[in-house]
Amino acid sequence: MADNNMVASTLDTTQYIGVIIGNEQYGIDIKYIDNIVKMQRITRVPKAQPYFYGVINIRGEIIPVMSLRVKFGLEPDEFSKKTRILIVKPEQQAPVGFIVDEVREVVNLADEDIDRSSNTTDQGSFISGVGKHSKGLISLMNIAAVITEKEAAAI
Amino acid sequence: MDVSQYLEIFIEETKEHLQSLNEQLLVLEKEPDNKETINEIFRAAHSLKGMAGTMGYKRMQKLTHDMENVFQEIRNEKMKVSSTLVDGLFRGLDALEEYLDNIVNNQDEGTNDNQDIIDLFQKELQAGLAGGSDAPAAPAAPAAAPAEKAAPAAAAAAVATEGDTKELLDSFTLTEQEKNMINKARGQGLQGYIVRINIQDTCVLKAARAFLVFKAIETVGETIKSMPDAQAIEDEKFDFSFSVVVTSAKTMDEIQAAVMNVSEVKSVDIALIDETKCERKEAAEQTAESTAAATGTATATQTKAPAATAKKPVVNRSVRVDIDKLDDLMNLVSELIIAKNGLVSISPADLVRDEKNSSFRDQVEYLERITTNIHQSVMKVRMVPIESVVNRFPRMIRDLSKKLDKKMELFMSGEETELDRTVIDEIGDPLQHILRNAADHGLETNAERIKAGKPEVGSIFLSAYQEGNNVVIEVRDDGHGIDVEKVKAKALERGTITPDQAETMSDKEIIDLLFRPSFSTAEKISDISGRGVGLDVVKTKIEALGGSVECRSVLGEGSTFIIRLPLTLAIIQSLMVVLGNEKYAIPLGSIQTIEDIPTTDIKYVEGKEVINLRGTVIPLVRLDKILDVPNAKQDQESLTVVIVAKGDKQAGLIVDDLIGQLEIVIKSIGKYINNSKMISGATILGDGEIALILDANTLV
Repeated sequence: MADNNMVASTLDTTQYIGVIIGNEQYGIDIKYIDNIVKMQRITRVPKAQPYFYGVINIRGEIIPVMSLRVKFGLEPDEFSKKTRILIVKPEQQAPVGFIVDEVREVVNLADEDIDRSSNTTDQGSFISGVGKHSKGLISLMNIAAVITEKEAAAI
Repeated sequence: MDVSQYLEIFIEETKEHLQSLNEQLLVLEKEPDNKETINEIFRAAHSLKGMAGTMGYKRMQKLTHDMENVFQEIRNEKMKVSSTLVDGLFRGLDALEEYLDNIVNNQDEGTNDNQDIIDLFQKELQAGLAGGSDAPAAPAAPAAAPAEKAAPAAAAAAVATEGDTKELLDSFTLTEQEKNMINKARGQGLQGYIVRINIQDTCVLKAARAFLVFKAIETVGETIKSMPDAQAIEDEKFDFSFSVVVTSAKTMDEIQAAVMNVSEVKSVDIALIDETKCERKEAAEQTAESTAAATGTATATQTKAPAATAKKPVVNRSVRVDIDKLDDLMNLVSELIIAKNGLVSISPADLVRDEKNSSFRDQVEYLERITTNIHQSVMKVRMVPIESVVNRFPRMIRDLSKKLDKKMELFMSGEETELDRTVIDEIGDPLQHILRNAADHGLETNAERIKAGKPEVGSIFLSAYQEGNNVVIEVRDDGHGIDVEKVKAKALERGTITPDQAETMSDKEIIDLLFRPSFSTAEKISDISGRGVGLDVVKTKIEALGGSVECRSVLGEGSTFIIRLPLTLAIIQSLMVVLGNEKYAIPLGSIQTIEDIPTTDIKYVEGKEVINLRGTVIPLVRLDKILDVPNAKQDQESLTVVIVAKGDKQAGLIVDDLIGQLEIVIKSIGKYINNSKMISGATILGDGEIALILDANTLV
């Protein structure tokens, strides 16, 4: 089933992990992904922001877990067999876990396939661009914005 | 090889010397005639100069050299110690510290010549010496002979006497090849010398010293042979002296001076190798032995390395270790404890007591004991006496005293109290701030003190001591104390509190207002303290270390700041409790007792739940409510209450159930989550589950 995207990446393409949140597909730059784990018991932290569900233990490291659904203003998560936690390690910051509905595929996007001007949605700030590939559009997540924007969201 | 590998040693030692200079200068200011102190100062300054010179820091060397000249004249009683002179010397020390900071930051001493300070010294020298009749110019070689009689252990060069020379020559056996080399050198107009270097017996890194000595010799000549050989010296397989055979065009004195420039060299014996020596073939070994017996000193046996090693006195058996390595070790111990807890949690406690199970339990218990011991040992290794932080304060108080024009004195006790290295690194600034506060705001001016019938000289006390699992540091002054009414008025003016609140607040609560952000009662803002970024920062910092700070004050009598710090940061004993289906850890250090209280015993004061426990009224805290715990047990007949204390305040935390005591490793929950202060961290339990750690201090 090798489509265009599965062809060995050339130098100017970036790999993205395609995840499903609600009925949209998002892409996260693979260089930020540390690990993908199945849903596990999350220890609640009292008085945390609503989208921070708590903390989990990944090989002895305590990692906060955030629900992207809640963060993006969608219905709270219903955990299923497909629910995954992406352990994301932003540059020079501690790792954080993102709960997503499903992890679907790895997408190769060349620079010319990415439209960086169409930040028109409400969640504009969380998205750094929109990628076009054979199966449709994929919103490319701006990791830094998702993480650092917490203060604004908490107010 | 270059000297950069000794940079770290250089920095460490320079710090020590500077600290000692600071301390001794303070003493000297008070007792200008104290011989021992001036000797000590001279020694430190001289070592400093030598070290800076070896490392190639010329400006630093120049400045120390000029300071040393001043000390030299003071020691020779040609100059008097005046207050302005001490001020100048302190400025010199500050300048040296600046050089050192530059070196630490970019391995370069910087470009500041500090000519003004040097000029000042020259002026002082001239002024001071003008009194003496036959005042010599500032001696260029401070290690000259007069130094010898005044400073017993000082860097005094003992010029080898006839007998010594012979002994020195005899202690060496030269091979034919070496003799040839010396003879050849002599043909080129050079001379062969035997140099014996005696290192101070307080020296820790002898091999490093030896290396620097070799380096120094290289500048004046060529090394042909050393005794013991180079490898043994590198491995520190020698006592406090070693010898080298050198060929050089310089005179004996020049070589000696070059070697003496290396710090921590006690003395240098030097002898010329003449033709006769080169012709001698045997019997040297034997002679050496007999001379050794005759002199009977340890230094004479230096030629026999193995014998010397056996006799080596226990001088300093410590090792410098990089703090990162200790952190790694501590992390590993943490991992070990988590793994151990895992084993404990699967140990079949409830199963039938057969032989296999009980022996398994025995082993687990054994393991538990070992891990606890390892933890304690590692913790002890990381402990540093608080002295390393507080020893700079006397100097600071002296400067403040001058600056503020108030007479004051600092009394310190308990400097030997030990704290975790991480805490030590962080506690300096808060302490300094509190001390500055005490000096600036706490103490009255001299005139006010006399009027109030107090001694003119104000006192500040800094005492540290251990109390249970905490270390307490108290800073007390005998100044005018905190004016509660003034604080109250200020708080009202700022809108920090409402008039209603002001009515009901106790004095203690009002004093606590001082720890709120941007709250300074000083009417006059000085550059010493009182810019409103004060006590709140102190408090935040101390709380970040897991400690607490409180202030007690009696108007007219003075104030006391009490800082409590935990002994260790990473691993603590805790009580595990259950709330709903969540587990929490409460640090054992803050728990006083655990009580079963019938619901009927709950009383109400101002609508708040309290209990009367053996005469003390203790407010109750419903943890399930403030932590929003779902499914907590409701409507029980009796409550399990954990009584926690912070200072002399208490609170009763209501929990659903107790699990038991557990040694836990504190981990941070990171910065992403908006953390209410109630949670001080998290820990991983034996089964991999996470439990949050409650900070009892914030609940009281």
